[in-house]
Amino acid sequence: MIKRILAAVVGLVVVGGLGFLWYAWYPALPKVALPKSGQFSAAQIERGRIVAAQGYCAECHTRQDLGGGPTLAGDYAMQSPFGTIYSPNITPDPETGIGGWSEEALARAMKLGVSRSGAHLLPAFVYDHFTKMTDSDISDLYAWLMTQPAVHMTHRENTFPLSITPRIVLAGWKMLFFRPGDFKPDPNHDAQWNRGAYLAEGASHCGSCHTPRNLLGAEKTGSRYDGAVVDGWIAPPLNEHNPTPVVWTEDELFAYLRYGVAPLHGPAGGPMSPVPHQFLSKIPESDVRAIAHYFADIDHAAQRVSGDRAALELAMQQSKRDLLGPTTDADATLYQGACAACHYNAAPSPVLGRPELALNSALWLDEPNDLFMVMLRGLTAPEGQSGVAMPSFYNALSDHDMARIAAYLRRTRTTRPPWTDLEKKAAEARKLVEIPPVNSSH
Amino acid sequence: MIKFKLNGSEVSVDGPEDTPLLWAIRDDLGLTGTKFGCGVGQCGACTVHVGGRATRSCITPISAIAGAEITTIEGLDPAGTHPVQEAWRDLQVPQCGYCQSGQIMQAASLLKDYPSPTDEDIDAVMGGSLCRCMTYIRIRKAIKQAAVAMRSAKTGETSNG
Repeated sequence: MIKRILAAVVGLVVVGGLGFLWYAWYPALPKVALPKSGQFSAAQIERGRIVAAQGYCAECHTRQDLGGGPTLAGDYAMQSPFGTIYSPNITPDPETGIGGWSEEALARAMKLGVSRSGAHLLPAFVYDHFTKMTDSDISDLYAWLMTQPAVHMTHRENTFPLSITPRIVLAGWKMLFFRPGDFKPDPNHDAQWNRGAYLAEGASHCGSCHTPRNLLGAEKTGSRYDGAVVDGWIAPPLNEHNPTPVVWTEDELFAYLRYGVAPLHGPAGGPMSPVPHQFLSKIPESDVRAIAHYFADIDHAAQRVSGDRAALELAMQQSKRDLLGPTTDADATLYQGACAACHYNAAPSPVLGRPELALNSALWLDEPNDLFMVMLRGLTAPEGQSGVAMPSFYNALSDHDMARIAAYLRRTRTTRPPWTDLEKKAAEARKLVEIPPVNSSH
Repeated sequence: MIKFKLNGSEVSVDGPEDTPLLWAIRDDLGLTGTKFGCGVGQCGACTVHVGGRATRSCITPISAIAGAEITTIEGLDPAGTHPVQEAWRDLQVPQCGYCQSGQIMQAASLLKDYPSPTDEDIDAVMGGSLCRCMTYIRIRKAIKQAAVAMRSAKTGETSNG
């Protein structure tokens, strides 16, 4: 009897193991000669450029630290709870890039998360989204990638524990969390909505930053677009949980995604900055409009917009709070000296270039991350609203000062409960700014 | 090497990226109309325009303004006859004069946003620009006078055109 049970268990393990190996194993695809540039039409290469911009390829495949690196040559450092990941070179260099890849190999990587060699790719390469892309988009992308300048460059090694994790482990991860498959249009919605959904869920992979991840780093299916922390910044919720007092309508979303600044909600900061400025401003306007249309539906703008007029009126009253005439509130004085010259607004609505803090998600989110990050780093001219800069208060405000301003703004310009441990959080945010942006000791 | 536009001319500054813009303007490019006050963005003396917006240059690194258009007091008006400058002279606003270039740059940007500023608008926007001589009453008056001049110039243009 025991022998039989044992035999059955062993049998199951062997069958299961073989099944898993069958699931996990992919062959290496043959190296091919680099396609000749004349092989692709100019129109196809241009379509591929647009697909690459829709997916921000250059953002994570171009080194940003140490003064930056050649475009698409990889070595971008991505912090994860499992170590630092350095992205690969995706220029058509045959040795260090993807010059030896066939279109089939690129399609397999995008759709199934498997490298040309047959190895499973880390999900930092967001194939959970790219799997939804059409074959023709991937084909166009291939044409564009293969006609970019080849750069001979290898990337740094991933750090522990990723550096010693066998790639087979990733097959287990994929079995648990990865569902390959094309984008399925929703027949209940029109073509524009479906175009926006295709881009947002696929190439543009919005959920990668805006959906929280579980302990194993997969997007939580039940918390889609609930917002998450990325590199110390909060990527705000994109659904009805977005806390700003005026809703993100299609027009606000479009302005933000296209130009990097929304009239009411303010500029794109932190890791979001390149999305409009380097990518979505360079694709067809109708695609950006479609993404905006899709998210205006996701955040239920139509159902919530009726409160906007009152919220805007209230924000305009809050904007001038304590700035008129003498005040005995020392926190208000701190705010007046450091911030109000640029952030004060008078009714009826904010002036472009005067981001209204009472309407900005930085004040309304559960934690002060975004407020502190922008105070410490400021915004450079290419970020946020183009051509305009916010200074860095890294050396101008102590953690204590930052905490006081944050508490004051939360208290006077929102209806949300106070933030806690602000001084500690200011110090934590400061640690994330590796180099003080401005140094007056020169 | 950081390149940007200063008062309409292309300039470049060779120095560490974290150098304050104020250092570049005064020491490297030789325009000393912009003043160093507190060095921590709390007094407004170093105010210049970046992309037309009043910005404290003492805490803005040059890395942040690559490619941007910077205007200093020297470039606000080629002949020094910006309506704010005219009002400043007319009303003899400055006493010691140290803060005035920052005050004028802040005021000029205020009038772009609010062409008919109320006392409240002036107090709120100018509150970060300190004057140790306490000439605030004259500053407010000059801003209102400049606003009137700018509005009538504008109406004049419209009626002529």
